[in-house]
Amino acid sequence: MIQTQNLRKSYGTTPALRGINLQVQPGELFGLIGPDGAGKTTLIRILATLLLADEGSAQLDHKDVVADYRAIRRSIGYMPGRFSLYQDLTVEENLTFFATIFGTTIEENYELIRDIYVQLEPFKDRRAGKLSGGMKQKLALCCALIHKPTVLLLDEPTTGVDPVSRQEFWEMLQRLKAKNITILVSTPYMDEASLCDRVALMQDGAILQVDEPDSIVNSYDKPLLAVKTANIYQLIQDLRQFEPAHTVFPFGEYVHLSLKSVVWPELIHGYLLDRGHADIEIKQAMPTIEDIFMEKSQV
Amino acid sequence: MSYVPMCLGNPGKKSYVPMCLKRKQDYKFFKINPMGTNKKLSIFIRKEFYHILRDRRTLLILLGMPAVLVLLFGFAISNEIKNADIGVLDYAQNDQSQRLTQRLSASEYFTLALPLHSTQEIEEAFRAGSIKMAVVLPPKFGEETARGLPGSLQLIADGTDPNTATTLSNYASAIIGDFLQEQQPLQQQPMVIQTEVRMLYNAGLKSVFMFVPGVMTVILMLVSAMMTSIAITREKEVGTMEVLLASPLPPPLIVIGKVIPYILLALANTAVILLLGTEVFGMPIRGNYALLWLECFLFVLTALSLGILISTRTDSQQVAMLFSLMVLMLPTILLSGFIFPIESMPLPLQVISNIIPAKWFIIILKDVMLKGGGMELVWQETLILLGMTVFFIALSVRSFNIRLA
Amino acid sequence: MNHAITANNLTKRFGDFTAVDAISFEVDKGEIFGFLGANGAGKTTAMRMLTGLSRPTEGEAMVAGYDVYREPEQIKRRIGYMSQKFSLYEDLKVRENIRFYGGIYGLPRKQVRQEADRLIEELGMSEFANSLVSGIPLGWRQKLAFSIAILHRPAIVFLDEPTGGVDPVTRRQFWEMIYKTANEGTTVFVTTHYMDEAEYCNRVSIMVEGRIAALDTPQAMKASFGVETMNEVFLRLTRPGGGNT
Repeated sequence: MIQTQNLRKSYGTTPALRGINLQVQPGELFGLIGPDGAGKTTLIRILATLLLADEGSAQLDHKDVVADYRAIRRSIGYMPGRFSLYQDLTVEENLTFFATIFGTTIEENYELIRDIYVQLEPFKDRRAGKLSGGMKQKLALCCALIHKPTVLLLDEPTTGVDPVSRQEFWEMLQRLKAKNITILVSTPYMDEASLCDRVALMQDGAILQVDEPDSIVNSYDKPLLAVKTANIYQLIQDLRQFEPAHTVFPFGEYVHLSLKSVVWPELIHGYLLDRGHADIEIKQAMPTIEDIFMEKSQV
Repeated sequence: MSYVPMCLGNPGKKSYVPMCLKRKQDYKFFKINPMGTNKKLSIFIRKEFYHILRDRRTLLILLGMPAVLVLLFGFAISNEIKNADIGVLDYAQNDQSQRLTQRLSASEYFTLALPLHSTQEIEEAFRAGSIKMAVVLPPKFGEETARGLPGSLQLIADGTDPNTATTLSNYASAIIGDFLQEQQPLQQQPMVIQTEVRMLYNAGLKSVFMFVPGVMTVILMLVSAMMTSIAITREKEVGTMEVLLASPLPPPLIVIGKVIPYILLALANTAVILLLGTEVFGMPIRGNYALLWLECFLFVLTALSLGILISTRTDSQQVAMLFSLMVLMLPTILLSGFIFPIESMPLPLQVISNIIPAKWFIIILKDVMLKGGGMELVWQETLILLGMTVFFIALSVRSFNIRLA
Repeated sequence: MNHAITANNLTKRFGDFTAVDAISFEVDKGEIFGFLGANGAGKTTAMRMLTGLSRPTEGEAMVAGYDVYREPEQIKRRIGYMSQKFSLYEDLKVRENIRFYGGIYGLPRKQVRQEADRLIEELGMSEFANSLVSGIPLGWRQKLAFSIAILHRPAIVFLDEPTGGVDPVTRRQFWEMIYKTANEGTTVFVTTHYMDEAEYCNRVSIMVEGRIAALDTPQAMKASFGVETMNEVFLRLTRPGGGNT
């Protein structure tokens, strides 16, 4: 459904994309995962026909993003990173406006947006600028869906939205996927990777890895331990001095310690005791996408 | 009928759908025909009006400003002078000189502050600030005029305020000219003729006649160029432009949709200014109304094309506004002949003034409104404006980006 | 007295609307305290009261030993503030930003210069020292902003969603800086709605509709709800009826 071949783009001397090759299958919910500045927005804008790549090519539904940009603009739904609706228009006016410029009506495609729109309906006469963050995102999604696009390009739809709205948003995406819409969504939240069919980990304009979330996590090949003591700061400093340690990163209440080779936990326990740590806890840790990301991006 | 369009507050647009288009797939095809474009444009314009109407503060400024400016220029900032104190040094002391003195002080422009008795007193009076102008009548004032020679009458004005000085001496010469002509109706005197030419089309020398065309030009420039450039860049700034560009909406439609409301607003402002000018200040419209409106419309288009051009080159409202102010408004006010006469500018500025659309528009307005001229009088200026408009539109079409940056 | 912050029935009303509804809590010295809540739950309003920017409607609060009603100026001198949205002037150079903030807090010129050198050295930013802030990567900016916020060695530093959008490695480096700061005795008060940031805190409070719905260590909270992550705790609290639908 979406293909890119060696996409490159620079802003002045700063490279934003350094050769992106991507394949997204029809009906797939595909995640672009990476921090700010990884190149996610640039990639999505190129696919939305809003930017020209310096090099390489890209196709949506076998249509070229440069040559066939008009055709693509008819068939995609695009949601930019920041809230891009008219704040001084009401919910209903926004929706009607976008329906009309796509040459359709709310009624014609109501089926598709019904689940989302019922939540907005009580506020339909409220100005979009007065909606809560979560509601704004829902309205923006409705506007992007109103013309029944075959591909949905969503640029960081959950950034700055509270956890409840974030979860609701992902539930909506799952339902849209069930209606056979191909969805490309970018996010800086690593934990959202598990909600996608497949993800691409991006950093500094390059793709680190593309796979299913489970396979990515399973590809972690080093012993990983979660360690905790009374003084986390001291713990980090001491583990960095620990010879078998590969990487040491704080990870919530624990510190994730990856090892160059298998080491008995007792050995680590003893090492920490020697350095005056108390309340030592050491356990096996399940690697997360973040562990993978850090491992890959450090190479 | 699942495709009944649900327009904002205008659900009656069903008539767009021809009878044959009953089935859905017909409707799909129908989407890409020009009538679909019509509907897109109309909702775009409606949306634009919502923006304008809901931004109360800006709306108030847009609608109130023309009136305020006209009244301000008409009443307060006028360089028209009323009841200026003058002194008369009458060496003649005869019947004629008495009558002229009377005539001067009877006019609304002058008040006789004090009789003067010597040239020394004139200077003292100026220094004390008790008079703004002195009129010196020569001995045998009436007799010389009777022989048909121009009276060597002297007007002395305070040069520290050149504008007032010029105006006062103009008024005085006008009155004196009238007076002399009455005395000698049969003999045309060179000086009299000269004075009369100066006063043609604006016999009362009312400054408001100069300001109405000027204010109109400034307002049209402001509403058309500045407001459209701000309105378009706002969409870029807020990010909605991104969504519009990623939609199948043709880019020219975006621009036309944004511009039409401002054309209407600008024409409404024109009406307000013309109404105030004619009703409150008694300004005549001697020419053809249709021609006047056509010329206004043309200038609105010129200004709009400039506004669009600015908006294609800038990405933020702030820059668009500064740019409009510096590059459009200031020259319009300073170099168009609105406030400072072009003839008295240094040559380089006179040359520059030619590329300022406002200059040509003001000439057209004065010709049509005051001289009552028709196309035969203003065709050159009209062609210049037309040429500028085509040039600016071509330039903005070239630089309008169908993508981001 | 051992508390960096004490709040007792702290309340703020705007007309009929109660933004913060009688919240009470204490923050220990040197603690990393997470202040969580959805958008509009009252986090920002509460933090404004604690930083002396907004006068409470009711209740009491002591920050760094000073009363929020009577001594807001004393409080401002003893706290640092950093937010993801605004912290540094993008059109100033790195060194200029440091000098500016040093100047605001009245540090002597010589000390500011030394601190600037030390900071740039510690952060490993010497290659950026004379570049505009707008030109340096986001992660560096965040670390710089934090360092500047604690330049005047405040008793408490308030962080407003400090690490959103930052790459995982930089985020860890950032949290290490926070641990270090807390270890040196500065209290860290983090407001955020990013739940992964909550996991790093010693204790967290979760605000729902102006009230504190829960206040405990992340471990105890997760245990009491029988869930694995703070995200799930948050969903349970803000969306009664369960988080996994």
